[in-house]
Amino acid sequence: MMKRKGEDEPWALEPEAMAETVDLEGRWRDLDRLLLRPGYIVGPGFEPGIELRDMIKDDCRVLVIGAGGLGCELLKDLALTGFGNIEVIDMDTIDVSNLNRQFLFRMRDVGQPKAKIAAERVMERVKGVNVVPHYCRIEDKDPFFFRGFQIIVLGLDSLEARSYINAVVCGFLEYESDGSPDLTTIKPMVDGGTEGFKGHARVIIPGLTPCFQCSMWLFPPQVTFPLCTLAETPRSPAHCIEYVHLIQWGQDRPGETFDADNTEHMKWIFEQAARRAEQYNINGVTYILTQGVVKNIIPAIASTNAIVAATCALETLKIATMCSKGMDVFMQYTGTDGVYMRTFQNEKDPNCVVCSPGVPVEVEPDITLKQFIDTILKDSRFENKISMPSVSLQGENLYMQAPPVLEEETRPNLEKALRTLMNGEGGILNINDRKLKGTLRVQVIFKDVDMDAGGCG
Amino acid sequence: MYYAENLRVIVHGAVCVNSGAFHVSGQEEVVVRLDVTESAPKKRCLVKEATPGVQAMAQRNKKYDRQLRIWGEQGQSALEKANICVLNAGPTGSETLKNLVLGGIGSFTVVDGSDIQASDLGNNFLIEWSSLGKRRASAVCSLLHEMNESVMPKFVDESPESIIESNPAFFRQFSLVIATQLSEFALAKLDLICRQYNAILLVARSYGFIGHVSISVEEHDVIEAKPDNRVEDLRFHKPWPELRRLVQEFDIDTKDPIVHKHIPFGILLIKILEDWKADHGGQMPSSLRELKAAITSRKRELDEDNYNEALKAAYLVTSPPSLKPEFLAVLKDRNVEIDAGSSDFWIMVAALKHFMENEGEGEPPLDGSVPDMHSFTDYYIRLQQVYQAKAEADAAAVEERVRNLLKQIGRDPDGISRTSIKHFCKNARNLRVYRYPSIADKYSSQVRTEFQKLLAAADNSNAAFYVLLLAVDRLAGTNKRYPGTVDAEFEEDLALLKAAAADVLSEIGCHGASIPEDLVGEMCRFGAAELHCVAAVVGGIAAQEAIKLLTGQFMPLSGPLIYNAITATATVLDV
Repeated sequence: MMKRKGEDEPWALEPEAMAETVDLEGRWRDLDRLLLRPGYIVGPGFEPGIELRDMIKDDCRVLVIGAGGLGCELLKDLALTGFGNIEVIDMDTIDVSNLNRQFLFRMRDVGQPKAKIAAERVMERVKGVNVVPHYCRIEDKDPFFFRGFQIIVLGLDSLEARSYINAVVCGFLEYESDGSPDLTTIKPMVDGGTEGFKGHARVIIPGLTPCFQCSMWLFPPQVTFPLCTLAETPRSPAHCIEYVHLIQWGQDRPGETFDADNTEHMKWIFEQAARRAEQYNINGVTYILTQGVVKNIIPAIASTNAIVAATCALETLKIATMCSKGMDVFMQYTGTDGVYMRTFQNEKDPNCVVCSPGVPVEVEPDITLKQFIDTILKDSRFENKISMPSVSLQGENLYMQAPPVLEEETRPNLEKALRTLMNGEGGILNINDRKLKGTLRVQVIFKDVDMDAGGCG
Repeated sequence: MYYAENLRVIVHGAVCVNSGAFHVSGQEEVVVRLDVTESAPKKRCLVKEATPGVQAMAQRNKKYDRQLRIWGEQGQSALEKANICVLNAGPTGSETLKNLVLGGIGSFTVVDGSDIQASDLGNNFLIEWSSLGKRRASAVCSLLHEMNESVMPKFVDESPESIIESNPAFFRQFSLVIATQLSEFALAKLDLICRQYNAILLVARSYGFIGHVSISVEEHDVIEAKPDNRVEDLRFHKPWPELRRLVQEFDIDTKDPIVHKHIPFGILLIKILEDWKADHGGQMPSSLRELKAAITSRKRELDEDNYNEALKAAYLVTSPPSLKPEFLAVLKDRNVEIDAGSSDFWIMVAALKHFMENEGEGEPPLDGSVPDMHSFTDYYIRLQQVYQAKAEADAAAVEERVRNLLKQIGRDPDGISRTSIKHFCKNARNLRVYRYPSIADKYSSQVRTEFQKLLAAADNSNAAFYVLLLAVDRLAGTNKRYPGTVDAEFEEDLALLKAAAADVLSEIGCHGASIPEDLVGEMCRFGAAELHCVAAVVGGIAAQEAIKLLTGQFMPLSGPLIYNAITATATVLDV
């Protein structure tokens, strides 16, 4: 029995469009049990009702970063959780080896942009959802782009990309003068990751829960081999492969850039590695291992992605509607020995350079702004993070490196006493730099100021 | 090999390439098109046009590369040989199947007897908008086939309950039956049928924010447990003669500083231990600290990586890895007393036991692997060869015992292949045997104290939800509907559910325990909802378990699992 919604609703103007978006009576029956009824274990401010369902359908914009194993699942999960406005960003094209888990893609799609195909397939299957694809790198987007979403969900496979987006999103965060985060500037992120039968999901509420940078230690360090082992005392097949990949290629094929997706290149590495292994009496160099070592391939299966992505989507629903309590911020899953699925609450780093109210920097009381800038440039905590910093105080520019007009206008401040510029007290300075992905907050502490009066005045 | 098999399944009669789904009753056979021709124009399946086997295999290996790196060719071909059955094609069944079809399961049959309703379009990705009003089994089956055309799809358009009642022999053909969204009563019957036909039963259920996955089978043996923290069995504490002889060849006090820092740490540890014992009347060091001091005293430079590694691994000498209780339980199992009806697995276990009691001197066969050690290539390779030779010799000794045992019980002495025995020996330390009580027993008998403790724990509501899942089924049995499905009856259902939960508690022997009010309230609020995301988690867990059971690799659940989407946790219960 098909029942149309009120004709007076603004989106119901075009009959054709309406046929696409109109909802059948009872379509969301299962979700409605959670969204339309009061609950017993819910988040703060949960207000059940049709408005809540309409809110996630019409007003809540969710960005999914990555349209791979997790991304495909996330798009499906969010669409079938009632989210009506989703965008997805991915720079990759579809490869044959994606097909064992990235279920929105088929053999005929190989070579096509993942974001585009994924968006099309989800819209085809789940009527009423709008999925906008972005076939590009996340770095290509203006930070302003990310501001336009209520929640950002990450389905990424690299630490670098996670770090980047974390810095951008934490950069939106502003703190009140008492050091508490300005709630209107918080943009929640939900992050997932998998490897084989294992995975994690976590919720990052910048300013309130640990950000990606705070808990960097959770990720194991990458395995690297010492160069002398590769060159002089190889003992494993991987040593032989890495030698050819990192050293011999440059010697034997100077001027040629190695491309891991070029079959001829990969075959050459394999053959040379096999030869080297034979010389050293080492067994076990295979083509598959060569690919695995050179491309640092992480094994991946459909089921683990399904578990992690759905966990992320459920937390996204909770953040958007408060229909249930949020999980403790970090969930770990291991399926190799029975099933282990637990959460824990890890600690925020109070001095985190990305999300804290300010990294404490102690300075002499009579320091000038110029001397302050030199101090932070020399500070090892900011090494390689800043090169030409601009400094501002609660929206007021103290010194700007660019554009030239502003630079000239603020240049006189460089020789002024920092303490005077900061109205006689320590406090938070915002540092911006081309090298930074977001804003760096520095908490200035003048040395003679009583510790109790320090901080944010 | 696999493709060749499929190519033979060429068919007479109606070929419906587009729908890809076929009813199993009647005389039709099933057509399978190879996915390797996916990119080519769609064509009828003809043997002559099929891509040559080599190329097809290469394409298949590429497609499954990311999982072949986990379970290998052996695991993959086990999946490709499997014939599984999935009961009910709601989101839980569909998501479970989706994960298995993507991984290249051999063939599946989906059993469902319902019409597609509006709610299916809100929670199931494997149903198209245009299928509204059609039959769910065929719709889901057809989209699954479209997802991976290497998989052989079938469906049966009938309710699982009615097949369980009227045609138990139907289940004979399957190696694994995955029952989703079935109540306790239907499961208890199905379990008896599966046990009769030697099919593994995997149960998956999504109910509001709660999920349940459990396994039922008489016995499941695991050779390749692949534990995360693999024990390095290096025998530094009791080197065998060949290893001792190799150590003698090294002068670890060499004057040459380059050689001094390129002797593998295994050699260092054994030699330093030997010297220690010579100086201390044959005694072992009394503590790890003593041994470390002895190592440090031989170290010359700070940057001697081999010595740093020796210090890190010194604990392997003072507290060598012990055999796990699960492994010892396998050796003591009743099935070690073999007879003509024993399985290959138990014959190998019996041989292993004899090996350990005799030439193995209490140890299982050495697996032969050696971790990387900072060293000259040649030194390391020589050490590696000594370990491999010992592993070979151990496996040969076990093999001889296997052959003798086979002869004793009147079977062909060559009935178990050398490859199988070697594989068994390589993984011997981590053997596991799982046995699960029948579902009828599980639900009717008293629970263990571990469960009672968990139920009383304030920080874990998962045991309480297990009780509530049993309670909603009981209530549905008498009331003909699940609690909380009708808004107007909510308050009444709440009281009924509370009473039903109390009944379940006393039935399973948890007298005096109670279920928190807010959990009862939540359970009633769920109103038997099958949420897509909860189904995706449950379907993901069920698919992982299915893969573990079918490949015989990794370690499956040891008891029923409760998944809780409120806390994003799962608990494996000991009931």
